[in-house]
Amino acid sequence: MAQRMGFFTDTSVCIGCKACEVACKIWNNLPEDGLNLTGMSYDNTEKLDANTWRHVAFIEQRKPLAWQEPGVEHAGPVPPLSTPPDTAPMTPMTPGEPGDLRWLMSSDVCKHCTVAACLDVCPTGALFRTEFETVVVQADVCNGCGYCIPACPFGVLDQRKEDGRAWKCTLCYDRIGDGLEPACAKACPTDSIQYGPLDELRERADARVARLNDAGITDARLYLADTDNGIRGAGAFFLLLDDPEVYGLPPDPIATTLDLPAMWRHAVIAAAGLLSAGLIASVGRRP
Amino acid sequence: MSEDDHARDALTGVAAGRRRRRGGAERPVVPKAEFASYYGKPVIKPPTWRTLDIGGYLYLGGLAGASSVLAAGAELSGRHRLARVSRIGSFVAIVISGVALVHDLGRPERFINMLRVFKFSSPMSVGSWLLSAYGPPCGAAAFSAVTGRLPHVGTAGAMAAALIGPGVAAYTGVLLADTAVPAWHEGHRELPYLFVSSAAVAAGGLGLLAAPLDEALPARRLAVAGSVAELLAAHRMRGRMGIVAEAYRTGRAGRLTRTAEALTAAGAVAAVLGWRNRLISAAAGVALLTGSAFTRFGVFDAGMISASDPVYTVLPQRDRLRAR
Ligand code: SF4
Ligand code: SF4
Repeated sequence: MAQRMGFFTDTSVCIGCKACEVACKIWNNLPEDGLNLTGMSYDNTEKLDANTWRHVAFIEQRKPLAWQEPGVEHAGPVPPLSTPPDTAPMTPMTPGEPGDLRWLMSSDVCKHCTVAACLDVCPTGALFRTEFETVVVQADVCNGCGYCIPACPFGVLDQRKEDGRAWKCTLCYDRIGDGLEPACAKACPTDSIQYGPLDELRERADARVARLNDAGITDARLYLADTDNGIRGAGAFFLLLDDPEVYGLPPDPIATTLDLPAMWRHAVIAAAGLLSAGLIASVGRRP
Repeated sequence: MSEDDHARDALTGVAAGRRRRRGGAERPVVPKAEFASYYGKPVIKPPTWRTLDIGGYLYLGGLAGASSVLAAGAELSGRHRLARVSRIGSFVAIVISGVALVHDLGRPERFINMLRVFKFSSPMSVGSWLLSAYGPPCGAAAFSAVTGRLPHVGTAGAMAAALIGPGVAAYTGVLLADTAVPAWHEGHRELPYLFVSSAAVAAGGLGLLAAPLDEALPARRLAVAGSVAELLAAHRMRGRMGIVAEAYRTGRAGRLTRTAEALTAAGAVAAVLGWRNRLISAAAGVALLTGSAFTRFGVFDAGMISASDPVYTVLPQRDRLRAR
């Protein structure tokens, strides 16, 4: 088996450009969703679904990220383009006095769970685990039963109305096999989306969160980077600047299939109970 | 706070999206707890299953499975007319439920893909195999009951169906519970018991409705035992769910659940008191059959409600984290 590959999405450098959404749509030939204006924010995509495999969330908060300097009146010389973000005067990362608005942006995607409920519950075997330990649907096997859709603790999968089948991110299975990076990561201009071997990504993420915390951005935290959660770790994990639920992510997701042995036990006892109740009810010949 | 303030709050992405359904949907008890969400959008995807198809499938599968047990018990104790109606009833129910299931698949021609693999980790896979094993003997039992031919095959079929039937009735509890839908998964300990009890209620109801009085005793007993067990299981389930139990009290799910419990209780009482009266027994049967259907639709709807509102996903998970 090849190395486990995945995504580290560092939302602290996401600029909300949606290049990932577009690249994903183009590479995977996904149907358009129509031009809708949600009116809730700059997010007109709203959610992951059958035809949206990357979704950029926009959160507008009355909460400071850091001092934000529009930079129209530079007293001193304009800093060169190569200035690192933490010393530049006008990036969201610059520590300083609070303003009164922050935008959080985050590109969401299938988590490629270590214990993937969608894969476990699929009755046809359409969902399978690849040699990169990612989770992929085989469209020609899927029969549209829809079981995987409510099974996913992140609401990733959805049904395409036209064909009834379930669709989701493949982590660009057709690219990574050829050594290419997934379309979204390739298109991301800030490297908010990083693709690579999972171990490497985890190390990089640990270093990044430590650096942000040291810089006074105590909100920064990793989400799903460890294996001590209800999905036993994810192939796609995140650096977030607020609680997961603010981004529409579940704070403590679990793969419900981990409870299956207990559930089957209850079902067997219940079935045995029904059988005995039916037989006991018939005791005694008819009058 | 005025509506405006709420609307402005929603922009911050924190504690937003609370209880503001357009069209004034019924929201009786509003939990006070604060929680954050992404503009009130659901965290998980609600099932794409159609209520009538899948709610009906749950109900009819239960009716069939429990009726097969009742048919076998009746047969063994020499109550042939009760056995006959239960055999026929179970087959009719399983055929309709199968049709509902296939109708719900986006691509019915691919039902056969279900039998590509057998997976214990997929309750739907287990269920497909259970149904495939249950259908033929159930059909043989019904065929012989209707035509009077092949009595031995019919009896063998009836006995086999009685052994598999409870599985058909019970697995649906796991089918629902093995999802991220809060109102279902939080009930994963009780749902199988709730569903077999509800199945017993329905099968007992059918026996009371269709079998003659002097043979209806097993149906009466099964219906009463099922009713008591169902009401207890439902009570216990909601008692353990915390805030998620709200979904069972909200909107149509609430109305269905309350009606189901009233019908089931009334049906059980009538079944006991009316034991010498054909008409009262039949009425009790109708109440029990309807009550059992409403129970299933209530559970189905509660799941939909709990999946569509992020509060049911976020708050229990927050509590879980806090307790850790
Ligand atoms: S995030 Fe959902 S769709 Fe993706 S692997 Fe996990 S359970 Fe499956
Ligand atoms: S909809 Fe398709 S991929 Fe999802 S569980 Fe059913 S068969 Fe599997």
